[in-house]
Amino acid sequence: MQFLDFEKPIEDLNQQLEKLKALAEKNNVDMSASISELETTIDKTRKNLYANLTPWQRVQLSRHPERPYTLYYISQICDKFTELFGDRNVADDKAIVGGFAEIGGEHVMLIGHQKGTNTKQRQLRNFGMANPEGYRKALRLMKIAEKFNRPIVTLIDTPGAFPGLEAEERGQGEAIARNLFEMINLKVPVICIIIGEGASGGALGIGIGDKVVMLENTWYTVISPENCSTILWHSWDFKVKAAEQLKLTSKDMSSFGLVDDVIAEPEGGAHNQPEAMAESLKKYILDTIKTLSKIAPEKRIEQRIEKFSNMGFYEEL
Amino acid sequence: MTWFKRITKGISTDTKEKKEVPDGLWHKCSSCKETYTTDVLVENLFVCPKCQFHNRINAPQYFDILFDDGKFEELFANIAPKDFLQFEDVKPYSARLSAAQRQTGLKDAMTVGVGDVNGKKLVIACMNFNFIGGSMGSVVGEKISRAIDYAIKHKHAFMIISKSGGARMMESAFSLMQMAKTSAKLTQLANAKLPYISLLTDPTTGGVTASFAMLGDINIAEPKALIGFAGPRIIKETIRKDLPAGFQRSEFLVEHGFLDFIVDRHDLKQKLTDTIEWFGTK
Repeated sequence: MQFLDFEKPIEDLNQQLEKLKALAEKNNVDMSASISELETTIDKTRKNLYANLTPWQRVQLSRHPERPYTLYYISQICDKFTELFGDRNVADDKAIVGGFAEIGGEHVMLIGHQKGTNTKQRQLRNFGMANPEGYRKALRLMKIAEKFNRPIVTLIDTPGAFPGLEAEERGQGEAIARNLFEMINLKVPVICIIIGEGASGGALGIGIGDKVVMLENTWYTVISPENCSTILWHSWDFKVKAAEQLKLTSKDMSSFGLVDDVIAEPEGGAHNQPEAMAESLKKYILDTIKTLSKIAPEKRIEQRIEKFSNMGFYEEL
Repeated sequence: MTWFKRITKGISTDTKEKKEVPDGLWHKCSSCKETYTTDVLVENLFVCPKCQFHNRINAPQYFDILFDDGKFEELFANIAPKDFLQFEDVKPYSARLSAAQRQTGLKDAMTVGVGDVNGKKLVIACMNFNFIGGSMGSVVGEKISRAIDYAIKHKHAFMIISKSGGARMMESAFSLMQMAKTSAKLTQLANAKLPYISLLTDPTTGGVTASFAMLGDINIAEPKALIGFAGPRIIKETIRKDLPAGFQRSEFLVEHGFLDFIVDRHDLKQKLTDTIEWFGTK
C-alpha cells in the first residue's frame, strides 16, 4: 500500500500494526486485543482524515498510483469484453481503450482513458494523454453503438490531451471539437463517468452525455492546478491554492450543476477498496441505463442540448 | 558584429513586440520593421503595405471592413460577465474584469453584429483579443449561443471570427463547458441547414480551437495566424525539441488539411460574399 503525504498518520499506525502482528507471531503470544484496538484506531483516523479532504488532497487521490483505471473496471464489471482498436486513419491510440461490453446483461459500448500501472505501461499508455487518433477511435466506436442502438459509457481519466507535435499536425483541436459536435446528437443513451483526473478538453472530448458524473475523489475542470499555478501565479508553488480557487471537486461541480451525480467512494478512496468501487460503478451504470432508456431518443438529445446550453453565469444589464 | 545571427524568429515574443492595434502617429511593423504613418496602416486594413503582415484587430475594425458602409446592428450588448466563483489568483477576477472593461470599453471578449455584406445578411460573432486575451468565458459562450438562435430565427448565415488564447481559467469548469455549449448550439444551426463560416485569426488556440473554431462548414484563416490546440511553448517543453519553422501557422494547417483556404484581409469581404452566395442564404 502506498500512502500519500496527508495519510502519514495512517501510515504510522499501519507500521505499528505490522510490528505488533510480527511480534505476536514471533513470540507466539495472543495480542489480538491490542491488534483489534489498533485497527479500530486506524479506521477512526482514516474516517476523520477523509471526512475533511481539501481540494488538493482529492487531486492527489485522483492520481493515486494504485487507483483503478478503465481496464481494471472492465475486468471487474463486464461479463464479456471485446476490445476494438484503431481510428481507421492513422493508428491505434493506447491512451484510450474501448470495445463491446456486456455488463449485467446489458450490451454497451465502453470507452475510457487508460493509464499505465508501471513505468513501461505508463509510457505505452502515454500517461493517459490521448492523441487525435484516440478521440477519433472513440467517435468511431460511438457511431457503431448508435447504429446498433447500444448505450455508451465513457470512463474519463486524463491529465489532458497530448500536447505533442504530431498531435497538432493531425488536428488535436479538430478531433476534440468533432467529438463534442457529434456526441451531443447521439441517438443512444450516453453516460460519462470521471474516474480519476478530468483535465480540460482532453476529458471533455469523451465527456458529452445525458449523465455526466464524478466519482467522489476526482476532479474536473479547465486546467490542472499545476498549470493554472504556472500561468496565473507565474510559479509552480501555488497548486494547492489553484486547486481551491478552481473549485474542481465533485462536490463543487455538482453544486454548480455542471455534473449530474456524484458516486461515493469507499472509505479511504477507490484504491483502498477497488472491488467495492467497481460494484458501485456497475450499479450506477445499470440503474442509469434503465432510467435513460425510458426516454425517447429525440427527447434525450433535446435535454442534452438544453443541459449544456444552460451552463454559464453572466448578467443581463 | 556578432558571431551568430538569428535567422528564424523565436517562439516567445517580447512584451514590447506584442501586436496590438497601433494608436500612435507612426507605426513600425513588428514583422519587417518598416515604419510608416498609422493612417497608411489603417487605410490598408491594418495590413503592412510592405510585408503583408496582418496586425491583430478586433470587432470594431472587422465590422467596419466587412459590413456595407460599416453599418450593423449590435446584438446582445447587455450581456456582461459576473465573478460567480469569486476567483482570485494574484488579483481577483472581478478586478481583472473591471480593468479590462475600463481599458477596452467592452463588457467582455465577444461582440455580435448583424448587417449586410454586399447586400447579403450575415451574423458575425467576433472575439476581441484585447479583452483578457480574447479568453472564452460564459459571456463568450452565451453570446455565441444567442447569435446562433438569432441566425436560425432570421435564416441568416453565421460567422465567428476567432482570436483567443483559449478558455478563461478564472471561470474554471464553466469556461470549459462553453466548448460543449457552443458546439451543441452549432448542431442546431447545422440542422437548420444554415451556413457557419469560421474565420481563424492570430492567435486561435486552446479550447476555442477544440470547439467552434474548427467546426465551420468552412474553416478559413488569415495569413500566418497562429492556430493550434496546445501552445507552442507547452509543446516545446513536452517534446524537448525545437519546433519546425511555420509550425501551427495558417499555411501549416492548410497543408495538414484543417483549413479550407487562407484569405488576405483585403479579399475577405468578397470571398465571404461569394461563399454566402454559394450557400444560398438571403
